[in-house]
Amino acid sequence: MSSIPASADRAAIASETKARGGARFWRLKSFARDRAAVFSALFLLVVILGAAFAPLIGHYGPDEADNLARYRPIGTLGHLLGTDQQGRDMLARLLFGGRVSLLVGVAPTLIAGVIGLGLGLIAGFVGGIVDQIVMRCLDVVFAFPMVLLAIAIAGAMRPGVLTEIIAITIVLIPYFGRLARTATQGVTPMPFIEAARAAGGAPVTIMLRYVLPNVFSPVVVYATTLMGLMIVVGAGLSFLGLGVQPPTADWGAMVAEGRVVLRRAAHVTILPGCAILVVSLAFNFLGDGIRDALDPRTIRR
Amino acid sequence: MSAPATLEVSDLRTRFGDASSGSTVVDGVSFTLRAGRTTALVGESGCGKSVTALSLLQLIEPPGEIVSGKVLLDGRDLLALDERGMEKVRGARIGMVFQDPLTSLNPALTIGGQIVETLQAHQRLPRAAAERKAVELLARVGVTNPEQRVHDYPHHFSGGMRQRALIAAAISCSPSVIIADEPTTALDVTVQAKILRLLRDLQTAMGAALLLITHDLGVVAAMADEVLVMYAGRIVERADVDTLFHNPRHPYTKALLACVAGIEDDRRTPLEPIGGSAPDLRNPPNGCRFSPRCPSVRDVCRRWDQPLRAVSADHEAACVLVEREAALV
Repeated sequence: MSSIPASADRAAIASETKARGGARFWRLKSFARDRAAVFSALFLLVVILGAAFAPLIGHYGPDEADNLARYRPIGTLGHLLGTDQQGRDMLARLLFGGRVSLLVGVAPTLIAGVIGLGLGLIAGFVGGIVDQIVMRCLDVVFAFPMVLLAIAIAGAMRPGVLTEIIAITIVLIPYFGRLARTATQGVTPMPFIEAARAAGGAPVTIMLRYVLPNVFSPVVVYATTLMGLMIVVGAGLSFLGLGVQPPTADWGAMVAEGRVVLRRAAHVTILPGCAILVVSLAFNFLGDGIRDALDPRTIRR
Repeated sequence: MSAPATLEVSDLRTRFGDASSGSTVVDGVSFTLRAGRTTALVGESGCGKSVTALSLLQLIEPPGEIVSGKVLLDGRDLLALDERGMEKVRGARIGMVFQDPLTSLNPALTIGGQIVETLQAHQRLPRAAAERKAVELLARVGVTNPEQRVHDYPHHFSGGMRQRALIAAAISCSPSVIIADEPTTALDVTVQAKILRLLRDLQTAMGAALLLITHDLGVVAAMADEVLVMYAGRIVERADVDTLFHNPRHPYTKALLACVAGIEDDRRTPLEPIGGSAPDLRNPPNGCRFSPRCPSVRDVCRRWDQPLRAVSADHEAACVLVEREAALV
């Protein structure tokens, strides 16, 4: 009995879908149903806006030291999140530090994602000797532990944000390359590829229009998840002094500087640590939500 | 009586693997497709039907290779074309409908998008015009609400609807040859009948030659003008559809017909499966390839290949019995 109104409901929803333009709307809808993902997306938006508009928030610059106001705890009047051992405003440093940390997490992942996707797609689609050459080259990079290699590359260059970005990008390319190649090899033997060839599609067209869209979503999801991890790696490089140099704020560098005064003022370390943790978690949830929304088969009718 | 030949295949050979240890899956196949006519290619699984179809389009992947033969499309040998030349033929001059509509559509592209892809691969059409054409094509293959459904993804379509969409893509450039490789095998019976009728209507309207690959003799009876029976990579009998069903001359054709359950058969007439199994093509039997399973096998069959022999002008069978019976008359 109860199934009748339910199916009527579904029919109503289906007709509504058509009116509103079909699948794209449903992707959004399926994403909207994932509360963790939506919350993460909103949270990240706030963080990104906060970092972007950091100079407009609060009265202090990130490097403004005040010797008379050191070690202020969280909740101090005028310094909402307290001050560090040099009397610099923690809120300002967190916001400005977020600029560097987000950049280091997002930029290399995007760059490596594009390069890795291209290499993996070509290797997987063309196969043969091209596949061998591309993949063996990536394997060389892949053979080293990720963080160690990033440290080695960053160590060989002058410390700075650009160095961090380049090091992390190089380290990430083989991860994307392998993923894209495996996904490509999963798609290539599918009958619809043969059907596309039988319809007269040129190889490049088939690669870009038939293979790429089916490889794209796992790569996007992987990229979103990795952004969180790369913020951690970037923080690690800064912590080791291979990234941005003092006094520039960066969450990793802030943790590093704060650890010497851990007993006296724990918040100096804990706040940037929490920022790294929460932001990378949010990227993970966002990645899961995007995965579900991008898979056309999960679009409900 | 015969319409002009659209596609003439002669002595087509496709081999997988090298000459010594490989298997010749299509072994000297010759046939002719004519405009407005339906030719059915029937045979058991693995006899080389699909490989024949893919060979016509040169979609054989290594280690497979077309070893010899001629495929003349309106007098032009397709096997002499390079890959770029073939791309212009596939989809434009020869349209192909595949067996499994569930996996033959790109899940990440809308139904309309895939038809537009095929159109734009062959014709210089602005996107909007191609999209309008896609809607027209969907309407033509009987998709209801084509204006809306053109934006749907394949998983929104049922199996029968997907097959209609694939047919729409296959006929989008008005090909002169349509190859349908078991187009109804994956569909249920009621949908099968609709799809078959659609294929026949379109073929008649377009005047195209249709090569229908199937193992379903019921489909053959309903659709075909001419039938090619294939066994172990060779064509063993060629006849028009009435002759084939009422006067089959090759023992394999007879055996195949005996396997079919008719709706009016009662349980006392048992089905007769063919004894033995299809030969291993890496190591085919000597002589006639059906000889190990043939109920009327002669010594000579085991020793010599049996070529196609004319029974009448439009009927050939690759069996020594054709001559014996002719001698008796």
